[in-house]
Amino acid sequence: MADTGNPTSDGETRRDFLGIVAWSGLGIGTVAVLWPMVYSMNPSADVLALSTTTVDLSGIEEGMAITVMWRGSPVFVRHRTTAEIEEAADVDIATLRDPEADSARVTKPEWLVVSGVCTHLGCVPLGNKPTEPRGEWGGWFCPCHGSAFDTSGRIRQGPAPTNLPVPPYVFETDTSILIG
Amino acid sequence: MSTETAKPVFKNGIARWIDDRLPLLSWAQAEFVDYPAPKNLNYWWNFGSLAGIVLVLQILTGLFLTMHYTPHTAMAFDSVEHIMRDVNYGWLLRYAHANGASMFFIVVYIHMFRGLYYGSYKAPRELLWMLGVVILLLMMATAFMGYVLPWGQMSFWGAKVITNLFSAVPIFGETIVTWLWGGFTVDNPTLNRFFALHYLLPFAIFAVVFLHILALHQFGSNNPVGIDITKKDKIPFHPYYTIKDAFGLCVFFLVYAAFVFFAPNVLGHADNYIPANPLVTPPHIVPEWYFLPFYAILRAITFDIFWIIPAKLGGVIAMFGSIAVLFFLPWLDTSRVRSARFRPIYKWLFWVFLLDCVILGYVGASPPEGWLPTIGLLATIYYFAHFLIILPLLGKLERPLPLPDSINKPVLPSSGAASAQPAE
Repeated sequence: MADTGNPTSDGETRRDFLGIVAWSGLGIGTVAVLWPMVYSMNPSADVLALSTTTVDLSGIEEGMAITVMWRGSPVFVRHRTTAEIEEAADVDIATLRDPEADSARVTKPEWLVVSGVCTHLGCVPLGNKPTEPRGEWGGWFCPCHGSAFDTSGRIRQGPAPTNLPVPPYVFETDTSILIG
Repeated sequence: MSTETAKPVFKNGIARWIDDRLPLLSWAQAEFVDYPAPKNLNYWWNFGSLAGIVLVLQILTGLFLTMHYTPHTAMAFDSVEHIMRDVNYGWLLRYAHANGASMFFIVVYIHMFRGLYYGSYKAPRELLWMLGVVILLLMMATAFMGYVLPWGQMSFWGAKVITNLFSAVPIFGETIVTWLWGGFTVDNPTLNRFFALHYLLPFAIFAVVFLHILALHQFGSNNPVGIDITKKDKIPFHPYYTIKDAFGLCVFFLVYAAFVFFAPNVLGHADNYIPANPLVTPPHIVPEWYFLPFYAILRAITFDIFWIIPAKLGGVIAMFGSIAVLFFLPWLDTSRVRSARFRPIYKWLFWVFLLDCVILGYVGASPPEGWLPTIGLLATIYYFAHFLIILPLLGKLERPLPLPDSINKPVLPSSGAASAQPAE
């Protein structure tokens, strides 16, 4: 290439500049075209509109638990007994794999609301029905790979790395909560 | 200047290792970087690569639309509205895809008329031209079936009318149409197969495009002067034509974006925002604009031909014949001179033919009332006469202008300018 314009003192030329502008323009343009396509795969407005669920608590007796659907996955809502609350509160947090106090996981101690998806690989743990095994710690037991959770939904045994997460929720009235 | 397509040596060691075993890079280098192109190509030669880019964009937007679309008569229309209202950038994807189809056709039509004007279909590029006609046919099938997918009124009745074309086939007509429909009318089985084929055919087009490029690069691009040229009159595709194509692409995107963002529905029909209703036909059915000339030819035959071919079959034959005749164009045009620049009569008849196609388009868009059917018939007769009578005779009767020895001649007034080669 003979015609390289007027070099500056650093040896840069107008052609270098034009090259950078042209390639940058091509790059930015390509990204601008591809971005809407890739972004379209994110949840659409109608999916996001389903991301809250109202739960009526009035029919859940002490010791009972129900499973509700939130964002397409189960959420456990458990009306804990006094014994279960005490058991959860008395644990020495330092001994836990994912240390977290029971009081930090509940709004009202008698109501435990946790995700029903095992933090290991996504199975639904057993134990929400009284006929199902609840594991050694009286919470939930995941049949897939043997993770056991206590009465606060915390991981106590097995491969799951973290506690069952608490979804965001508020008490709308004394007997109903809004999840999400 | 050297435009030898010797096997390139890549500086990058990994690229060299791969290319030794799989010569994909050197193939791409030879075909899309070093490819020696005539140095006198004008902007009408932009439209080939432009069409390729539009095809890729159509496949990409189509792929992402597919992720949100439901091919079922009960849900198709709603899923398109879901794309428009709920899906992130769904409106952009759909408008880009729908208008992209129109852009694809305008680009390809300009590409074809460029070939007609400069005689690009003549020997030795006959197969190149015929592969292009195959691409056009595949595009028409793809565009038609894509238009059915939103399942609006125009989708449904367009599908019904076009599939019913095959009922004109003697004896087997009804059987063929029932087979096409997978039922007794256009219904869910039809929608499902159209969706499957609308997804498949673009990849068939993509494959034929590569055959088209393979045939093109066998003898190289034609040029505005239309004469065979020597190596010294060629320049490498990159950077000379990549930059020229890039500029053309920017201009194209301005037009495309103007439609997508400011007039996304002008090329469509309002009736297609009414869900398909098998009980009510819209008062005025017209196909998309790019089918209008062919639609006019279909409607032009309103009489039985030679008492043997009924009008219905005659129209269908004329419509398919209007594309089939393009396959024979390289042999129907008997003139050895390619470029219309050196054909004083053809130069004008080219524009007459273009005007004829525009008239056919206008007739196709209008209700068949008053003088329009007669004009449509005359325009149809002229369309076929251009290919079947005028071009074969013109090659014998026309006295072409003397051809220059090289493409330098028309560019430079003094023939002694032997040093007129691109500096490098």
